[in-house]
Amino acid sequence: MTDVMALPAPAVVPLDPGTGCIEARAFSFWYGEKQALFEIDLELPKRAVTAFIGPSGCGKSTFLRSINRMNETIPGTRKTGDILLDAEDIYDARTDVVGLRQRVGMVFQKWNPFPKSIYDNVAFGPRINGERHKATLDEIVERSLRRAALWDEVKDRMRESATGLSGGQQQRLCIARTLANDPEVILLDEPCSALDPIATQKIEELLVELKRELTIVIVTHNLQQAARVSDRTAFFFLGRLIEYAPTEQLFTSPQQERTEAYVTGRFG
Amino acid sequence: MTEPAIAPAESTSGRGPGGAGPASTSLGGSSTADRIYNGVITLFALCVPLLLLGLFFEVGAAGWPALKKFGVGFLFSSNWDPVREQFGVAPAIVGTLATSIVALIIATPLALGVAIYIAEFAPTWLRTPIAFLVDLLAAIPSVVYGLWGIFVLVPIMRSTVMPFLRDTLHLGATPFFAGPAYGPSVLTAGVILAIMALPYISSVSREVLLAVPRTQREAALALGATRWEAIQGAVLPYARTGIIGGIILGLGRALGETMAVTMVIGNRHDLSASLFAPGYSIASLIANEFTEASGDLHLSALMAAGFVLFVITLIVNAIARWLVWQMAGGQRSVA
Repeated sequence: MTDVMALPAPAVVPLDPGTGCIEARAFSFWYGEKQALFEIDLELPKRAVTAFIGPSGCGKSTFLRSINRMNETIPGTRKTGDILLDAEDIYDARTDVVGLRQRVGMVFQKWNPFPKSIYDNVAFGPRINGERHKATLDEIVERSLRRAALWDEVKDRMRESATGLSGGQQQRLCIARTLANDPEVILLDEPCSALDPIATQKIEELLVELKRELTIVIVTHNLQQAARVSDRTAFFFLGRLIEYAPTEQLFTSPQQERTEAYVTGRFG
Repeated sequence: MTEPAIAPAESTSGRGPGGAGPASTSLGGSSTADRIYNGVITLFALCVPLLLLGLFFEVGAAGWPALKKFGVGFLFSSNWDPVREQFGVAPAIVGTLATSIVALIIATPLALGVAIYIAEFAPTWLRTPIAFLVDLLAAIPSVVYGLWGIFVLVPIMRSTVMPFLRDTLHLGATPFFAGPAYGPSVLTAGVILAIMALPYISSVSREVLLAVPRTQREAALALGATRWEAIQGAVLPYARTGIIGGIILGLGRALGETMAVTMVIGNRHDLSASLFAPGYSIASLIANEFTEASGDLHLSALMAAGFVLFVITLIVNAIARWLVWQMAGGQRSVA
């Protein structure tokens, strides 16, 4: 693991100038003594879907959770290097973490709606931001649910508990809840790994729809999913970025041997 | 046992009566050992409710003569005169409820504060010692609480707390904090009970808070909640039902507590609106008079008082169950 020299330099196809949104510069991360990320340099495009792939424990989720500083909630972690959002350092001492997490929303692997009504779930973000006006809240809730393609299914049961919805609906509710903050970026950590194919398909269609307005980053174990929804794909291995390229290029003509082995299913 | 097992098998399978028989007996699993096991377990399970019912009727029967003689007056009269054989427990009922309510009002915020601190804020190395010390409060014998109450709490209440409430905060203008500060009083008993109920509320709440899934906290934090907003908006609502359960447990402790209350409540059979006045609780009434009760009616009146305490506890628990059920139901259907 420490033998960095044995690994070839990452094969990166750079973005067109001016299309970037999030940029990591030599970003490393530790859980206690264990280093989880090694000097990641990566620029993610604006209003596009970027997929992170790689075997379990490769650091893709750690990197994702570094973009909204969620990893800080785990005791004993530290980092070096920078992550920039629209050219601003998100780890700057003056950065307001609460504001950052409103700009960079997150959807988790296991859907986690609050045990409250559907309405109260979506209104959670606006409410903690101080929005009290009923009509405004109503409007935000409806718009967010529409954007998450859930409105027609739940509009007559807004006061019912969110935990009564199906798994796929709950996950879309979590997306709607994130959208209610009007974020610029949405991070998704294996959002479909516990969903059936039809629910998965709905979420994938939703992501393609949402990328017109938002920057989307998705961690997935499902290579077909990465191929279907993403514009660019980053392959991680043992805490390092191995290859980063437009999705089609990465899947059809990978530059690194390891990438090829993974995308063709020879390991992982 | 075998006959009902065969019957449905025949009707659903539509096979011949001979063919369905053996298959359904083995599926039903009603071997002799299973039946014995079933019977023994059922017997054990029935023992507890039977014991409760037995107690209920036994105490009720022993108190029946007094209840019959005084009727509803037993509940509403404040005349307790063993010499003239006049018995009414209104002051003791009021004292029991008042001390318990005071206890909950003081203990609940403190216990929740402790639980939230331990579950959410305390560094890991500090969690166990604090939790251990708080839990230790439950292990102190109530007579020790009573002694501490007499020698430490009562003087402090008399010299500092009561004058502060009455004069400095001007609460003396309300009937609840009026009158002279003797020391032994309903309020003092409530404070003792608060300390005794605190570990119950706190340890249940703590466990419930620690059991809230990490994903709930992360969901709130990822939406831009501060740590406190995450606790208030996501963690506490999730744990609400369990916390209410802990409060009920504390209330049960407060309602039935005898020794410590007897030592600091003042033991005066009088109705007063003021929490500063000495009072009585049902449990302390029984404890004080049972050994000295001479007349049959006196004894019966004490039994009847015990029966009333029993019924109060049942009612309070029923209300509490209903509350929990409402909230749990609320999580499922209407939030």
